[in-house]
Amino acid sequence: MSFDAIDAWWWPFVFILVAGWVATDFWRFLGVHLGSRLSENSDILVLVRAVATALVAGVIGNLVIFPAEPLASTPLLLRIGSVVIGFAAYLALGRRVIVGILVAELVFGTGLWLGM
Amino acid sequence: MTEHDTFAPSFAERRTWYLRGCGGAFSIPGLILVSAFVGFASLAKGAGLTAAQSVFMTGVVWALPAHVVLIGAILAGASLPAAMFAVTLSSVRLMPMVVAIVPELRGSRTPRWVLYALSHFVAVTSWVVAMERLKHVPLDLRTSYYLGLGSTLVLGNMLVVAAFYLVADSLPPAVSAALLLLTPMYFLASLWGSARERATHYAMVFGIVLGPAFHLFMPRFDLVAAGVLGGGAAYGLHRLRASRLTNEL
Repeated sequence: MSFDAIDAWWWPFVFILVAGWVATDFWRFLGVHLGSRLSENSDILVLVRAVATALVAGVIGNLVIFPAEPLASTPLLLRIGSVVIGFAAYLALGRRVIVGILVAELVFGTGLWLGM
Repeated sequence: MTEHDTFAPSFAERRTWYLRGCGGAFSIPGLILVSAFVGFASLAKGAGLTAAQSVFMTGVVWALPAHVVLIGAILAGASLPAAMFAVTLSSVRLMPMVVAIVPELRGSRTPRWVLYALSHFVAVTSWVVAMERLKHVPLDLRTSYYLGLGSTLVLGNMLVVAAFYLVADSLPPAVSAALLLLTPMYFLASLWGSARERATHYAMVFGIVLGPAFHLFMPRFDLVAAGVLGGGAAYGLHRLRASRLTNEL
């Protein structure tokens, strides 16, 4: 029952709806339901946020180390270097997301241009 | 609460604040989000999704980490339950975000269904912008403001995904490669910045290493394993530090 298991135009949409929409709006609706009953600082929410964050961080790591084409044909060290320098710039220059993105892309573009 | 708040806002007032909400989408966070969706369009196309599927996913899921996990599951050939499980785990963070925004949004007579409907717009960008600006919006007009902000971001980015999907093939490979680097960089910075406790930062460090490490050994469960082990370890470290701190006091 994978994304291309059923050869019909509607199957991918059902897949996205069930694995995407149900899986995300479930938490949003639960959030409304719980409203202000749960404290933002309760310990269980710390664990919940940590698991969610580690999962998304795992995605970030995979997107850099095992990306899709054409990013996959660029050197691994250039990809890691661009993201590390971009992140360092983000931390050093006032924690602005846009600074991190611009610096990472600049390093990456320069590296490609130099034929690294 | 002032006496004025007990009067129902007029349609003209609602429209004014709805339009101001729409305007809030045209901001620096909104622009960064557009760049992230440009990256998503290339990611979705690379994974073999059609333009319609990519635009559909943008509108119904509306949480970029979930998009990225879902695309990852599709690429790995995961089954529907496995994909749903991974996306569900990756989206837990939406719940505390909604819990935090509901008291800000709720006016004196806001029906519950309005809150359920508006909660679909909650994702990192609209949440950050709203938490910053809602306090300057009259209490009973906040739902109108957030409807403008959220719907503009969703519809605008559906258009962005459609447009970039169509031109993606005509881009030079170097540009496409650079666009694919946008998503991880955007998440790395915005996730780090939105963390409210150190446990989240530990979790990021563990997850970013464990994700690719598990990918080598068990590609179908890499994200779930990175989430549970990395998140669990981060929480353990957080508890350990907390108990040390209490022991020292």
